[in-house]
Amino acid sequence: MTLDRVQAGSAAELLDIDPCNGLRTRLMEMGLTPGTQLSVVRHAPLGDPIEIKVRGYRLSIRKQEAALIRCRPL
Amino acid sequence: MAPATEPDRRQLIVAVAGNPNSGKTTLFNALTGAHAKIGNYPGITVESRTAEAELPRAGRVTLVDVPGTYSLTARSPDEEVAINSLLGRKGLPRPDAVLVVLDAVALERSLFLLMQVMEFGLPVIAVVNMIDAARGEGIDLHFDALRKEFGIPVVGTVARRRQGLELLRETLDDVLTGARPVPSPDWLWEPCAELSADLDAFDAAIREEVRFSLPTPSARRAFALWLLMSVTPHSELEVRPRLREIALATRTRLEAAGRDLAREAVAARYAKIDLLAPRLITRNPPRSHQTERIDAVLTHPLWGTAVFVTIMGLIFQTLFSWSEPFMGLIENGVGGLAGALRGLLPAGFLRDLLVDGVIAGVGGVLVFLPQILFLFLFISILEGTGYLARAAFLIDRLMRRLGLHGQAFVPMLSGYACAIPAIMATRTIDNRRDRFLTIMAVPLISCSARLPVYTLVIALTFPSAQKIGFLSTGTLVLLGIYVLSSLLALLAVGLLGRTVFKGRLRPLLLELPAYRMPDPKTVLMVVWERSRAFLTTAGTVILVMTVLLWVLLTYPKPGAELPVGADTAAVQSEQLRHSYAGRIGGALEPVIEPLGFDWKIGIGLIGAFAAREVFVGTMGVVYGVGGEGDPADDTLREAMLRDRRPDGRSVWTPLTGVSLIVFFMIAMQCMSTLAVTRRETASWGWTLFMLSYLTVAAYLASLIVYQGGRALGFA
Repeated sequence: MTLDRVQAGSAAELLDIDPCNGLRTRLMEMGLTPGTQLSVVRHAPLGDPIEIKVRGYRLSIRKQEAALIRCRPL
Repeated sequence: MAPATEPDRRQLIVAVAGNPNSGKTTLFNALTGAHAKIGNYPGITVESRTAEAELPRAGRVTLVDVPGTYSLTARSPDEEVAINSLLGRKGLPRPDAVLVVLDAVALERSLFLLMQVMEFGLPVIAVVNMIDAARGEGIDLHFDALRKEFGIPVVGTVARRRQGLELLRETLDDVLTGARPVPSPDWLWEPCAELSADLDAFDAAIREEVRFSLPTPSARRAFALWLLMSVTPHSELEVRPRLREIALATRTRLEAAGRDLAREAVAARYAKIDLLAPRLITRNPPRSHQTERIDAVLTHPLWGTAVFVTIMGLIFQTLFSWSEPFMGLIENGVGGLAGALRGLLPAGFLRDLLVDGVIAGVGGVLVFLPQILFLFLFISILEGTGYLARAAFLIDRLMRRLGLHGQAFVPMLSGYACAIPAIMATRTIDNRRDRFLTIMAVPLISCSARLPVYTLVIALTFPSAQKIGFLSTGTLVLLGIYVLSSLLALLAVGLLGRTVFKGRLRPLLLELPAYRMPDPKTVLMVVWERSRAFLTTAGTVILVMTVLLWVLLTYPKPGAELPVGADTAAVQSEQLRHSYAGRIGGALEPVIEPLGFDWKIGIGLIGAFAAREVFVGTMGVVYGVGGEGDPADDTLREAMLRDRRPDGRSVWTPLTGVSLIVFFMIAMQCMSTLAVTRRETASWGWTLFMLSYLTVAAYLASLIVYQGGRALGFA
């Protein structure tokens, strides 16, 4: 499944990121490497973007980009 | 403009690098005195910030604030600044030591940047900042293990509370004076065999082409990897053609072979970090849930929205109304000074130049300060607490529908008060496309300087007795103006975003930092630095243009044919007609006549270039009732209403009024906005683009309104 579909409050393991417009490298540089555990903290009140917690920090990412992140629910 | 950091070899240079939100700027401010030098890197919009610190043995050293970054990979010229200031590329001085500020809470992510810096062989000190927050999160950091594994000095700090700074100063002093031999930092990971071979293939070219110092084979490999990661077919990075060629060829070969550069270079570094992490970090259950608790309220659909609306309302109210008394104070002060000087100096050109040109110009610059001070006070406090990122998080969905980033909200909102602070506030938008797009659209939002003009024209052409329902026509027109100008700004964002700013949309990747108390010194420095930047660059341009405009509106003076003893208002009116501006207004008439404007309005439009509200005063002078500039003044309104065209029709028909209002809604008539745009985009090209697109659009819109209205039988 992809990160945009992970329920708020659930954890997941990152599998890979779709190599699309250079975002993959940027996200990996911020610590979103394959095998990393992350959790979806919440969705913004208007539904988008989402807030995730990864490697100890919180990151806001739009669903459009989250859809490029494949992960496995934990 | 030369970068603020002159290559002064006698004074040692320390670069301060780190992730955004790592407290890097707070640490920088804590180490340095009250003065930071702000400059611009040539040709780009990134500011350079340097300041001095005094060390016991090394003496006075220069600290360079490297722009916050998660990685040294540069995807845009702006991002290139970080690596340039670390390596001494592009004429920047090479640092003698580098402080890499690590976020103790997100240590792994910070270690990635630290590894990149170390690979270049630069003398590094790791500063683990915000160790108090890490403790709260239940994170225990093992400093000895960090020192051992990375082989560099490591200091823990809480910059906001000025903790650990003594040890940091001492360590920095040791490193700079060579008192403590620091082992040369090196690569902590081994690239795979293929990547290794790829990087070695750069070596000969790097040796020949690179002018800055890359002393060791490891440093050259690090630069080869930087090239390979940063140079893409579409990148605008300035890299020597031969290096660019090798990088692109390697990239193509790599992709053809089905290899994955991000895995080989990025994930491999994180694999090393993950391997070390258990020795460096022990995670216990968090002791504090402060950020979670605050976020539960501030990002709550109901309470979060209420807080958002309240804070934004407060910003709006402050800029729109509460700055008014301060602006009045400045205007009165400058007016008083002008009056005093007028009494002291002998009459003549010099007095007029000084009083009506220069002092009025200085007043015209200073009057923006209250709004700038207030806006940046808000922004820096909100940014320091971590709320600004939440605000962007809350509003991003709406802003995105308009084609912008959540971070563009505060600048757009500020535009309703004044475009000057609004354009300066676009600095909080972290990607260039959205930032420039916002700058281009902000002048369309109805700022408060247009209000007197609207009030005058509405009072003139829509009698208040006319009512639709319980609202007077005038009120409805004013309401319509605000709605329409907001829509126009959004339309501009949509159109420019699909044409001029077409291209890859940068995704929103926004860190939501832990809530904390802002550092008072950092808040004050931001406010002070923004105000100073405005005064020294934009302010100078505004001042010069005000004086020029004053000359246009005053000279040449009419000769002796003026009747002696005529009343002042009539003399002023005659002078204005006779001036360059009056002549330009006359010459302009055939051009603006299709919009329903005559030469008098033409002069008004020229005067409005100083500030839009000046239109009212100029009209007062043109119509010979004095230039007090009160839109509610009956004498001016009556004089204007009596005005007839040569064919006997009234000049000020509702159609002319609407056409003029439309013109004021769109036209770029504010030279201060242009001056600030020049400063913030670092480009005359974009400034001229703003001026021309808005002027053409205003002309066309007014033309359509006036000619369309006439065709439909109005006026």
